[in-house]
Amino acid sequence: MAIHALKPSPSAVDELLDLMGRAAGDEKHDRSSASTLDVLYVLYEDILRVDPAKPDWDERDRFLLSKGHGPVAYYAVLARKGFFPAEELERFMTWEGILGAHPDRGKVPGVEVSTGSLGHGLPMAVGVAYALRARGLDEQRVVVLTGDAELNEGSSWEAILHAGSRGLGNLTLAVIDNHSSSVAMSSIADKLDAFGWDAVTVDGRDHDELREAFRRRGAPPTAVVAVVEQKQ
Amino acid sequence: MRERAASTLVELFREDERLALVLADISVDLFKPALRHDPRRAVNVGIMEQTAVGVAAGFALEGFHPVVHTIAPFLAERPLEQVKLDFGYQRLGGLFLSVGASYDYGASGMTHHSPGDVAALSTVPGIEIVLPGTADETERLVRATYANGRPTYLRTQTSTNARSHELAPGGLTLVRRGSALTVIAIGPMLDRTLEALDGLDATVLYATTVFPLDRQTLAAEAAPADEVAIVEPLYEGTTTAEVAAALAHRPARILSIGIPREVISRYGTVEEHDRELGLDARGIRERILGFL
Repeated sequence: MAIHALKPSPSAVDELLDLMGRAAGDEKHDRSSASTLDVLYVLYEDILRVDPAKPDWDERDRFLLSKGHGPVAYYAVLARKGFFPAEELERFMTWEGILGAHPDRGKVPGVEVSTGSLGHGLPMAVGVAYALRARGLDEQRVVVLTGDAELNEGSSWEAILHAGSRGLGNLTLAVIDNHSSSVAMSSIADKLDAFGWDAVTVDGRDHDELREAFRRRGAPPTAVVAVVEQKQ
Repeated sequence: MRERAASTLVELFREDERLALVLADISVDLFKPALRHDPRRAVNVGIMEQTAVGVAAGFALEGFHPVVHTIAPFLAERPLEQVKLDFGYQRLGGLFLSVGASYDYGASGMTHHSPGDVAALSTVPGIEIVLPGTADETERLVRATYANGRPTYLRTQTSTNARSHELAPGGLTLVRRGSALTVIAIGPMLDRTLEALDGLDATVLYATTVFPLDRQTLAAEAAPADEVAIVEPLYEGTTTAEVAAALAHRPARILSIGIPREVISRYGTVEEHDRELGLDARGIRERILGFL
């Protein structure tokens, strides 16, 4: 796998960039500033079973945005799916709005957890994975998204160690690797493999690669390290 | 208290399929029957307290009533942000059950002491904090709180009172009426407080729920005298603001008798610590007489 320059954006991504622009107050949002955009698009378009009309549908897949930072791409994807009206994006970070700089599950339909402080999503996702199994919801899966710098947090590695040792196959970790960690992370996938996960590294802008990577489900928890351009 | 809390939870675990148990390598033997009964909702995560709290929150997100258990400083202080955000901010319920209150691990040094657990956790919005004084009260409070829908901290301690009380619904129970002062004794401090008050005409209230404190009962039952003393197995002053708020409509001179905010580095038994810190009956009496 080689990391290329940004691929030509498909029309759906163009739509999402327009939506993101409404939140930012600019005409066309810059795709390179949305490291999570393509991963979120592929997850919500092709992978996750969700129903915008019933955000609490019991048989949905669960998605936890652990990295609560930079949530505009997430909001755009949710709005485009129909979880809430696109006009809401224009009230991003305002007193009247429901969309904050970090998402709040009490306010935004489709948001599973309120995040912002790094390193909380993975432990909670492990708990959701256990709970789904305990409830007999064996088809459902949990996908948790972190950034590469977020993986500096020790709490993430606690949960990674635990989930790998317990073979939580209904859990998937998506790592957006835009090389934003101040500490060299070398190969994140190798580290995850060493902790008992089944990890692959893909081009985080290539929808086919992402789709294929996220469709894998096996006995150990799976991880998709989605590499995108370095953060400017 | 620890054993009764565990046996009660094992019983509840069998009865209530919504109860989930999350351990962090502590008291695993006591909870073994639950771990065997249904390992899908009873998990020992290992020595990872942040993950223990996060995993419990994950269970709560799916409608379970999670119980997290470990030693007090590793439950209340190390993963404080997890309790604050994974439970408080998400508005989820869960029971945090600790062992090793104050200096119960008296010979273990400051790493295993927890005089600050309640002060730290009291900053979590919506939390309920309960301190039973006996094993029977522990059982009643576990049953009353494990599914109450809000984060709840239940602190078990090796010191106990000789007999249990009929606890008032708000967790502040009138023990006796007097007129010279009001004394609020928290959890296991009740017996030694009553002993310390021998011959003194004091109203005594027994607090098993300290956050939120039953302000209404305190305001209604406090003696007319201005003097109010709190006897707490916690850092001195931990509950003073609650008491002051309850009495804001009237004059009150408030004394907190608790654990001094200093590094405690002597070894030995709980009783030796109590004596050294002035938290036995004699020390409490001296402080109260000096206050009066």
